[in-house]
Amino acid sequence: MTMTPSQVRANEAELIKSVCAGEREAFYELVRPYERMIYATAFSVVKNPADAEEIAQEAVLKALSHLSSFRAESKFSTWLVQITYNEAKMKLRKARPHLYESIDDQQQTEEGDFWPRDFADWRPIPSELLEQNEIRQTVQDAINSLSPSYREALVLRDVQHLSIKETSTILGISEPNVKTRLHRARLLLRDRLAPGIDSSWTEGQPYRKARAW
Amino acid sequence: MATIEISCIEVWREISNYLEDEISPEMRERMESHFKVCAHCTAVLDGTRNVVSLVGDGRVFQMPNGFSKRLYSKLQKLP
Repeated sequence: MTMTPSQVRANEAELIKSVCAGEREAFYELVRPYERMIYATAFSVVKNPADAEEIAQEAVLKALSHLSSFRAESKFSTWLVQITYNEAKMKLRKARPHLYESIDDQQQTEEGDFWPRDFADWRPIPSELLEQNEIRQTVQDAINSLSPSYREALVLRDVQHLSIKETSTILGISEPNVKTRLHRARLLLRDRLAPGIDSSWTEGQPYRKARAW
Repeated sequence: MATIEISCIEVWREISNYLEDEISPEMRERMESHFKVCAHCTAVLDGTRNVVSLVGDGRVFQMPNGFSKRLYSKLQKLP
């Protein structure tokens, strides 16, 4: 049985009470639905599975030790993602050289208009394709190739389905700024994933390759 | 009343907001009449929509094997 959002909230509030009363087991139940969210958030910042896992674990432990400071006006999931995001950013700053980003922001400035480069007519991707490891890898590589500010906004909003408002809170930027980053991120990804880069997208489906000029 | 025409560049600027439904009804109408006649912008729209649904699929970000188990045992080991 799936719970409505308000049932989820009520259930979480109960679990939080139990944890604060000393029931450790309840904490795992509270966090379990958001494991993937925590992992993907950490991954969007550090871009490698081992570090993302380590950060995810640290974030969960931190959430446990700070649970009594959680205020019910925000969603538990948003709070958890916020802790994870901060933890990941802190880790990145703490100078582990392999975690440093290459500075590719110059190519992806937020000034001016974004001009699509590819006008291929892209048929919907059959969902079964995502069962293939290499396709998932292609999508993940394309996401990884975005500059950090675009990648983080895209992962929070489009991968994790947080609202624009939640995304803006977590990233500490304005809502219009979130929208601009999302817009850039989506169009860049479209250019990178457009059919023709990987013909397996459209295998067996005819598509028309067209360019404006 | 006729819809005011819109250029491709203006359409690209608003594509993401169009998908989020964060535009005025007038802008939506102008964009929709543009899509009817512009194959390129329609391709950009379809592709962007595909990107959003593709990355939104839970299968893209898979947790490493044993992730939950290790997390759980970390919690178990707390003093």
